[in-house]
Amino acid sequence: MDHMERRVVVPGDVLSEESKRAGEGTYVKDEKVYALLYGIANFREKINVIPLAGKYIPVAGDNVLGTIKDITFSNWIVDINSPYDGLLHISEYPRKIEADDMSKYLRIGSSVMARVKEVDSTMKVELTLNDRRLGQIKTGRVIEISHTRVPRLIGKGGSMISMLKKELCCNIFVGQNGRIWINGSEEDMDLALKTIQLIEKEAHTNGLTDRVVEYIKTEKGGRQGCHISG
Amino acid sequence: MQGNNGNITFIRDGVRLDGRRVDELRPIKIEVGVLSRADGSCYMEMGDNKVVAAVYGPREVHPRHLQEVSRAIVRYRYNMASFSVEERRRPGPDRRSYELSKVSREALEPVILTSYFPRSVIDIFVEVLQADAGTRTAGINAASVALADAGIPMKGLITSCAAGKVDGQVVLDPMKEEDNFGQADLPIAITPWGDITLIQMDGDLSRDEFRQAVELARIGCGKIYEIQRKALLDRYCQMESAAQEA
Repeated sequence: MDHMERRVVVPGDVLSEESKRAGEGTYVKDEKVYALLYGIANFREKINVIPLAGKYIPVAGDNVLGTIKDITFSNWIVDINSPYDGLLHISEYPRKIEADDMSKYLRIGSSVMARVKEVDSTMKVELTLNDRRLGQIKTGRVIEISHTRVPRLIGKGGSMISMLKKELCCNIFVGQNGRIWINGSEEDMDLALKTIQLIEKEAHTNGLTDRVVEYIKTEKGGRQGCHISG
Repeated sequence: MQGNNGNITFIRDGVRLDGRRVDELRPIKIEVGVLSRADGSCYMEMGDNKVVAAVYGPREVHPRHLQEVSRAIVRYRYNMASFSVEERRRPGPDRRSYELSKVSREALEPVILTSYFPRSVIDIFVEVLQADAGTRTAGINAASVALADAGIPMKGLITSCAAGKVDGQVVLDPMKEEDNFGQADLPIAITPWGDITLIQMDGDLSRDEFRQAVELARIGCGKIYEIQRKALLDRYCQMESAAQEA
């Protein structure tokens, strides 16, 4: 972790006198930069305020995990853990299907890994399943954490998540909306669940990756390598 | 507001009935994040006032017709518990709480960035558990901290405080006796940069007294702002030390 100033701020705190340093979670008034959120301010070239809480607001390109909550004539309505529902159009399903058969493929209650295709100014959220990595979830488990902790779970350049996949012997898919799909042996999934909960709780502390490696090592005990299981 | 009461002296040698000076606030206590089911919450004591504020949202608007296409709407519900005052209060909304809900909402709305969340609602609930004059100001202070706790983008924290007049003198943060038998009550709410978002007056003040009272209330708000800010910063430190122990 490189050295930079980090500090807790509340909305309205002055962060800088240089308006060009304004980043995410800030606003500019009279050439000064102010905090817009209650959270941690990171002072780099730009100043960003990372919130400690808040709802997930979908952005085009995000991967999300959702649950089908309704089916309309040509759309599945998907709960994506946000104030805004996702719309999955029939044409965004990887295969060509008839409107009458929609419930045969994805039923109410089905879980899907999807990508946000487009978000318009009225917050109509369009989803897609058109990617090899996306689709319905049939095995494994889904965990829910606060979406504000997701960047920490992924780590800088994906360092944390690739370490987890390797050490925990699980397949992990992280949704930007705070839902995470894990798949592996029951034993490995139990540990993955505990590890992710640990990361969520300690997301704001320094040197987390090293501690998580240590944690997994002790929890696994003598168990070495990965199980080979169905 | 019963005008000057000849039987009671409120200020003797510059000291009030509860031992405060004329420019002193009652003791304040703030706890952040007291309700786990709410997105943001705050418990606050201002003297003998006890209030809880809960914030939900941004979330889907029900009923649907209230939703705005380009921004979030803000709803504020001020409610007094039936046991919050000496004589049991009939539960449910009345004219007074409708009014307070409206003015409190309008006090907070200018700093909330509602345009970030089109077609949604931010719900604020304030429950008064114990009342001792100045519940609207306590409610607004608690709601403002709860909004920050919920991670809602705001330009700053709103702070609210009242000034009053007893024995012909302008005093800060009147308590029950002073409010009931005093000559005036003037609650205000301000932004950190000093814009007034709420001002009401009950009773009468001369122009000079009015200016004096607003000035005094502004100073009171400044002190409360520091306490609100500290409560939020301390909350983070608590989270951090709890994580380190684990």
